Amino acid sequence: MARIDIDHIRHAYGPNPKAPKDYALKEVHHTFEDGGAYALLGPSGCGKTTLLNIMSGLVEPSEGRILFDGRDVTRLSTQERNIAQVFQFPVIYDTMTVYDNLAFPLRNRGVPEAEVDRKVREIIAMIDLEKWSRRKARGLTADQKQKISLGRGLVRSDVNAILFDEPLTVIDPHMKWQLRSQLKQLHRRFGYTMIYVTHDQTEALSFADKVVVMFEGETVQIGTPAELFERPRHTFVGYFIGSPGMNVMPAAIDGTSARVGSQVIALPGRPAAPSGSIELGIRPEFVRLGREGMPVTIEKIEDVGRHRIVRTRLEGRDLAAIVPEDGDIPADPRVAFDPAGINIYADSWRVDYGSAA
Amino acid sequence: MNKTWNNRAWFMVLPVLLLVAFSAVIPLMTVVNYSVQDTFGNNQFFWAGAEWFEEMLTSDRFWLAMGRNLIFSFIILVIEIPLGIFIALNMPRKGWGVPVCLVLMALPLLIPWNVVGTIWQVFGRVDIGLLGYVANALGFDYNYVNDPFDAWVTVIVMDVWHWTSLVVLLCYAGLVSIPDAYYQAAKIDGASRWAVFRYIQLPKMNRVLLIAVLLRFMDSFMIYTEPFVVTGGGPGNSTTFLSIDLVKMAIGQFDLGPAAAMSIIYFLIILLMSWIFYTVMTNYDAEK
Repeated sequence: MARIDIDHIRHAYGPNPKAPKDYALKEVHHTFEDGGAYALLGPSGCGKTTLLNIMSGLVEPSEGRILFDGRDVTRLSTQERNIAQVFQFPVIYDTMTVYDNLAFPLRNRGVPEAEVDRKVREIIAMIDLEKWSRRKARGLTADQKQKISLGRGLVRSDVNAILFDEPLTVIDPHMKWQLRSQLKQLHRRFGYTMIYVTHDQTEALSFADKVVVMFEGETVQIGTPAELFERPRHTFVGYFIGSPGMNVMPAAIDGTSARVGSQVIALPGRPAAPSGSIELGIRPEFVRLGREGMPVTIEKIEDVGRHRIVRTRLEGRDLAAIVPEDGDIPADPRVAFDPAGINIYADSWRVDYGSAA
Repeated sequence: MNKTWNNRAWFMVLPVLLLVAFSAVIPLMTVVNYSVQDTFGNNQFFWAGAEWFEEMLTSDRFWLAMGRNLIFSFIILVIEIPLGIFIALNMPRKGWGVPVCLVLMALPLLIPWNVVGTIWQVFGRVDIGLLGYVANALGFDYNYVNDPFDAWVTVIVMDVWHWTSLVVLLCYAGLVSIPDAYYQAAKIDGASRWAVFRYIQLPKMNRVLLIAVLLRFMDSFMIYTEPFVVTGGGPGNSTTFLSIDLVKMAIGQFDLGPAAAMSIIYFLIILLMSWIFYTVMTNYDAEK
């Protein structure tokens, strides 16, 4: 296991990149601690797979360095880096049995056969394919195949890190949950450094200790699931994480209060020197719908089971609020914002509060 | 399952039936007709029964031609299949090299067969041919007109030159259909170049390879034009393959009966071989 340093990595797929838009990855500078469970979260095309492939050595970055435990591995091949990677779509060796598929990465590295057997049996039991171990891998179902791919990633115990590239896309939801918790369990047991790429926030938040949110080739926030929820550093993180995402509305700052349209909203502190275009962000969870506060009109109510999402309009802007299943929705609805949940953004980036004066 | 029977559906297959009848069945029947009769011209036919077949199957001439043909097919398969795979593996997968290679590969396949024959016939001549003249100038005693071994070498090299491209193109099609993720996974798994070939590329190619083997076998077993143009079946009978022999017998000697019997035997052999290949390849696929 190793600590992985991403040292000012930039990557462009085309030759001679000039403008920032030529870069698939716009400069990522980050350290993945030894033994951490990370998720790279972001929409399709945000560069998360590129970053993963740069770490495993399948893609050589245009600029910057990769270090494993302080050692520069930027020019080293995938084999020399000793990384395991699981891909989005199952890759299996058709002509081999399930057992041989799992043994393949070990045998290629000259691991003694007794050790191979021990490891393979352990993994086969974990992915629940013992019955199939002597069968040819061809003709299995997609999720069985993906379990084999997953198993091949986990079978080596000496790897520097295990990288997952949306590995559960093809697996059905019930199995997904089970496999994810097995991965977590493995992580706790062996302390692998695991990096998990996904565009599914539930997957990211439930798997990782730290989530790296990426947007348009940049990392916009790195934090624990709670930090991402409570203090999104960028309005994108606010939109992308949470269901529904954060409400964001243009605002003007006046000392310790913000003005949205004609409404004045108290802030928990004085935002430090905001400039540029100012927005106020609040998650639907922090919007209180009741008989006090700012008047709104209700557009529609979505019952999602555990709670209801109320879509309202405040000062002509969309505002979502979450109301408990048994919560009361008055005829003359008004909303109040919980100050703890208000974040202020200048040009989409969050500004900190100074002292509450 | 419930199937609806409607005999009017037979009308649907009628056009195909007619087409096949006129292009294959009726000509074949005339051959059958010749094979069981004897004629001395003037459209006078005498019943000969299985006589011609017996004569054919007991004649050395037939079996020697057959033996030459099998050896020829075997040699060109042994050369063309591995060579084709090798070239396909080394062809570029992207960039400007792809169209260039594909065009170069397709060129020999586009040349009419008798032109291929003529090219090599001239190329190998010791007096004016580039190959023949240079080989002799370098001290090799090469002369496909006199020496059976040289004649064989010429015919085989010509066939390899002409047809390896087909194997290359088929294999290449198989190779480019392999998703990148397979190669990436193989890198991650630390697979050697040989392991990548053995466990990824070969399994993905085996379907097209079986087709390539089948096509090359059938074509080489029926080969006529090129050796006919280059060597005319000689020196002696050393490059007289079945089809050349058949034409000599039918057109040269005008022995229509034996020639017809031979055609039918020849046809049955090809049918049998194709059936064996087909069965083997479909079973091979199903078993996994």
